[in-house]
Amino acid sequence: MAGRRDGRGLRAGVPSGGGGKADAAVVRDALGVGVAVGLSGFAFGVTSAGSGLTVLQTCALSLLVFTGASQFALVGALAGGGNPFAAAAGAFFLGVRNAFYGLRLSQLLALPRAVRPFAAQWVIDETTAVALAQPTRRSVRIGFTVTGLSLYVLWNLTTLLGALGAEAIGDTDAWGLDAAGPAVFLALLAPMVRTALERVVAGLAVVLGLGLLPVLPGGVPVLVAALAAPVALWVDGRRRVRTEAGRDVAEEKR
Amino acid sequence: MNVWIAIGVTAVGCYAVKLIGLMIPAGALERPLVQRLAALLPVALLAALTAQQTFADGRLLVLDARAAGLAAAAVALLLRAPFLLVVAAAVLVTAGVRVMTG
Repeated sequence: MAGRRDGRGLRAGVPSGGGGKADAAVVRDALGVGVAVGLSGFAFGVTSAGSGLTVLQTCALSLLVFTGASQFALVGALAGGGNPFAAAAGAFFLGVRNAFYGLRLSQLLALPRAVRPFAAQWVIDETTAVALAQPTRRSVRIGFTVTGLSLYVLWNLTTLLGALGAEAIGDTDAWGLDAAGPAVFLALLAPMVRTALERVVAGLAVVLGLGLLPVLPGGVPVLVAALAAPVALWVDGRRRVRTEAGRDVAEEKR
Repeated sequence: MNVWIAIGVTAVGCYAVKLIGLMIPAGALERPLVQRLAALLPVALLAALTAQQTFADGRLLVLDARAAGLAAAAVALLLRAPFLLVVAAAVLVTAGVRVMTG
C-alpha cells in the first residue's frame, strides 16, 4: 500500500501519524455520499408503491437487493406488466457491474474470507467510488464501512417513508413522480457516456428498447437492447483489427 | 405472487454477483474484453430503460409530460446539479406540465 500513500483523497485531509488521510476526513467524505444518495431512497419508495407494489414488497427490495438501478428497473418492468423472470433478468444484468466493483474492492479491503459475505451487500457504485478514492488500507476500510452503513440505513428508512407517502397521496403520477425513475437512470447514465463507442451503444439501445416495445412481451425489449453492448464491441474490435492489418501492410511496403 | 418471485430472483442474483466479486481470485475477470463488456452493459441497459420509462405507456409509445421532465433532468445534469436536484427537477417539471395541460 506504500505506493498509494500519496493523499489522493476526495479532498485533501489533515495528515495523520501514518502519512495517510485523517480518519475524520474519510468519515466526512463517506457520510456526504451516504446521506445524499441515501435520501434518494425516498424517490424509490414512491416510485415502487406508485407502480403497484405493496409497502412490504418495496421495503424487501431495498433491504435485499440494495442496488438502486436494479430496483428501479424491476419495479418499472413489473409496472409495465412484464413477466417476473424477464423483469428480474433486466434488474440482474444491471447488477452485474457490482461483481467488477467487488473484484477491485477485495484487493483494497483485504477482508478475511469469513467477513466477505457480510460486506458483499454493500458492494455498490457509491461505496466503491468512496473506497477507491482513499490513499491507505485503513482509510479504504473506513470509507467503505461508513458509506455502506449510512447508505444502507438511510436508503431503507427513506424507502419506507416514500412507500407510505405514496399510499397517502394516492395518484403519484399527478405529482410527476413517475418521472423520478427515468431521471435516476439518466443521472446514472450521464457519467458513463463519454467515448464515441459509449454513445453508439446508448443510441442503439434506445432505438432497440423503443422500437421493440410494441412487438415483444414486456421486459424482453430491454434485454435485447442490452445486446447493443456486445454488438458494438464486436464491430469496434473488427474495425480495429482491420486498421491494424492495414498498418502492417503499409509498414511492409516501406 | 409474480411480484414476490421477481423480488426473490433479483435479490438472490444481485447478492450473488456482489459476493462473486469479493470471493474469486484477482485476475479471473481481468481480461480486457470482459472488463469492456462489463462497462458497456450498464450503458445499454440504462439508456434503454431511460427511453422506455419516458416514452412508453404499456406497449404504446407516447410523448407526454414525462419527456419535459426528462429534458429538465438533462439540463440539471449539464449544469452539474447534485443527484437529488436532478430527480427533483424531473418530478417538478412533469407535475407542472400536467397541471398546465390539464
